[in-house]
Amino acid sequence: MPEQEHTNHIIQPGTYAAIIITLMVLTGITVGAAYVNLHQYNIVVALAIATVKATLVVLFFMHAKFSPKRTQLVIIAGIFWLAILLFMTLSDYVSRVDYRGVRFPMTQRVDARPVLRG
Amino acid sequence: MHRTGALYGQFKTLEQQKDSASLGMWIFLVTEVMFFGGIMLAYTINRHTYFHAFAVGSNTLSLELGGINTMVLLASSFTMAMAVWSAQVGKKQLIKMFLALTILLGFVFFGIKYVEYAQKFHHHLVPGKSFDISYCANNPNACPDIKPDDLERERGEIEEALKADPDLNAHAQLYYSAYFGMTGLHALHMVIGAGLLFWLLKNSFAEIYTPEWNTPVDIVGLYWHFVDIVWIYLFPLLYLIDRHK
Repeated sequence: MPEQEHTNHIIQPGTYAAIIITLMVLTGITVGAAYVNLHQYNIVVALAIATVKATLVVLFFMHAKFSPKRTQLVIIAGIFWLAILLFMTLSDYVSRVDYRGVRFPMTQRVDARPVLRG
Repeated sequence: MHRTGALYGQFKTLEQQKDSASLGMWIFLVTEVMFFGGIMLAYTINRHTYFHAFAVGSNTLSLELGGINTMVLLASSFTMAMAVWSAQVGKKQLIKMFLALTILLGFVFFGIKYVEYAQKFHHHLVPGKSFDISYCANNPNACPDIKPDDLERERGEIEEALKADPDLNAHAQLYYSAYFGMTGLHALHMVIGAGLLFWLLKNSFAEIYTPEWNTPVDIVGLYWHFVDIVWIYLFPLLYLIDRHK
């Protein structure tokens, strides 16, 4: 061990209280934002707020902010692999065309349905 | 295995022992991220493909019940964090109290989930032969728990969506399959978590958790918070797809 890291840091109840209040407020904001028509950005806003909430939980409730660096690396690696899964698969789906040259999404392919039903 | 007090022989210090345990738990949680990530990916593709059906399906969920459950689960994460703190500073009565509170809030969540699931059965919204996304819109008397205004709005949304997607009923079933699959797997994780919490509570009555050694409380806490994070994503993904109509 090159250095002794501070991992026995105890987060105080006041911090937890501040975090839970923030989480509750953010839940209210995410519901409120869902009632505003932001077109395709509704989902972006909803996921951004969810990610802020998840980050607060990971950093404070799960003590990741005060965890050893190798634990933090495992967390970041996990998120990175998830990003690969989502990014690679979705970039394939959104750029795909079917055998007739019709683009995804499939709900526009009403013409294909009688063929499927025989 | 050689053991000195709470310290097992393969570790130099208690701190190192605890760091190893939490590193192991995090590696498990990362596999859980991939597990739920794959499901959310499948959800995203279907939502993108059948957006109209997903929007209509989402608006038939009860935002009140879902919102309250979100608050309940966040509160239970707070009480869990406080239980871990109590263990770290050696407050033995508080550990029991906060663990019991966490279990209680977990069961409030199950209770609300039960009410929600039962509603979906009554409204013919469970995937299968009797699934009918327009059941309540067509039979207002059979769904007295939905306000007439909301039923009227629901009817309009279904008519509108049918224009874009004639196979709405089949695709709304996909939404509800995702809903039951995702919330069901989340609930299964909570059942496991509740079992672990009961085990912690039993041990805390034996007063085995001290500031020097409280690893199980810490580790179960990590698991419980992870389940909370899954819900933090499920709530907007399932309940808030298209509320602004």
